[in-house]
Amino acid sequence: MTSISLNVNGRQVSGEAEDRTLLVEFLRTNLGMTGTHVGCDTSQCGACVVHVDGQAVKSCTMLAVQANGSDVTTIEGLASNGTLHPVQKAFHENHGLQCGFCTPGMIMAATDMIRRHGSALDEKTVRQELEGNICRCTGYHNIVKSILAAAAEMGNAQQAAE
Amino acid sequence: MYETNYHRGSSVSEAASLLAGSDEAKLLAGGQTLIPTMKQRLAAPSDVVDIRHIAELKGISVSGSKVTIGAATSHAEVAQSADIANVCPALCGLAAHIGDPHVRHMGTIGGSIANNDPAADYPAAMVALDATIHTNKRTISASDFFVGLFETALDEGEIVTAVSFDAPSKAAYQKFPNPASRYAMAGVFVAQGNGGIRVGVTGAGSEGVFRSSEMEEALAANFSPAALDAIAVDPAGMLADIHGSAVYRANLVKVMARRAVAAAG
Repeated sequence: MTSISLNVNGRQVSGEAEDRTLLVEFLRTNLGMTGTHVGCDTSQCGACVVHVDGQAVKSCTMLAVQANGSDVTTIEGLASNGTLHPVQKAFHENHGLQCGFCTPGMIMAATDMIRRHGSALDEKTVRQELEGNICRCTGYHNIVKSILAAAAEMGNAQQAAE
Repeated sequence: MYETNYHRGSSVSEAASLLAGSDEAKLLAGGQTLIPTMKQRLAAPSDVVDIRHIAELKGISVSGSKVTIGAATSHAEVAQSADIANVCPALCGLAAHIGDPHVRHMGTIGGSIANNDPAADYPAAMVALDATIHTNKRTISASDFFVGLFETALDEGEIVTAVSFDAPSKAAYQKFPNPASRYAMAGVFVAQGNGGIRVGVTGAGSEGVFRSSEMEEALAANFSPAALDAIAVDPAGMLADIHGSAVYRANLVKVMARRAVAAAG
C-alpha cells in the first residue's frame, strides 16, 4: 500500500491504495466521489475524464499513484457555491444530456477544449475534439450545441471582464 | 490488473538503476499503451518506473534547422509547438491526430517509438526524417532503431532520452485511420531533406514501419503525385487482418503517399 496525496477540487486529500489502483478507482472508492464514471474501462469512451494538473486525461488509464502530488479537478469541482459552471449550464439549457452517463466526461472534455481554443471554437473542431468521448445515446448534436454555447458565453464573459 | 510496484524516477540515471533493480520492471511514460495492456493482463511487470516527471527528458528545442524533442514530451506539446511548426509543421499535424485529446495529454514521443506499435504514427516520421534516437547509452539512427513488430534496437534497461532531426525542406504526413480505433491502417510520411527524399510507411507493413525505396526514387526524379502512378505496392509485405486485406492495404499505401506528396507541395 502506498499513501497517495492529491489536491482534489481545491481540497487536500490522501488515502492508502495499492500501486495498481487506477485514479478513477481511487476517486470513486477511496474518496467516494462517484461523479467520475467508468464507461468502457478500455481507454476509449472518455466517461472518466478528469483534469490532472490542468489537462484532461482518462482517469481509467492512469494509476492513482502516477497522480500523487497533482492537482485533480473532477465534475464535482466545477460548480461554485451552488452556481453551475457555464458548461454545465449550457448542457442543461441545450439538453446536452440524455441518459447522463457520459456527461461528466463530456463536460470535463468540453472545459478543457474551451480552455485551449477559447471562443474561437467552431463546430468542426468540437466534433474532432470529441474523438475520445463516446455518448451511447448518440446524442452528439446537443452536446456540440452545448459546448459551442458555453464557449461563446465564456468568451463574452471574458470580454466583459476586460 | 496484476499487482505491481510503482517507482518514480527523478533523473534518467535513477530510472536506469530502478529498472535494473528488477528482472521484470518496465518503464512507464504516458502509459497510454502500457496501462491498458496491464489492465487486460497482457503485461504484468513486477515494477513500473515512471519517467514522466524527469525534467531532463522534457522539452523541445529548435536551433536553426536542428530539432530536438525530449522523450517525455507529450503529443499535445509537439502538436502545439510553435517552434516545430516553423520548421516542420507536418510533425505537429501528425501529433495532433494521435488518439484523442486526453490521450495526447499523456502519451509521449519516447513511449510511442519505444513501443513501436506497427500502427503508431511517429515511427513513419522518424524514418522519413532520418531522425536520430538518443538513449542513455548511445545514439541510434531511426533506420536501425525500428526492428520489427513491437521490437526496437533498445537493449535491456536502455532508456530513450530524446529524438533529433534536421528539419526537412518540405514534408507531409497522411494517414487513413481505422474508423473505430483511429490507429493508422496506412500512414505515409514523405520528407525532402538534405539526404534526399525519404518515404516512411506505417500501419501497413507486416514487419512494422518501412521505407519505400521505389517511391523515393520515383519522387527524386519527379516530386509529384503522378510520379507514383506507375508504382504497384506489393501486397506480399502487407498486414492482413479483420480491418483490411493485404491488397487493400497495399492500395491504401499508394493513396496515402499520393496525398502526402500533394500536401507537401
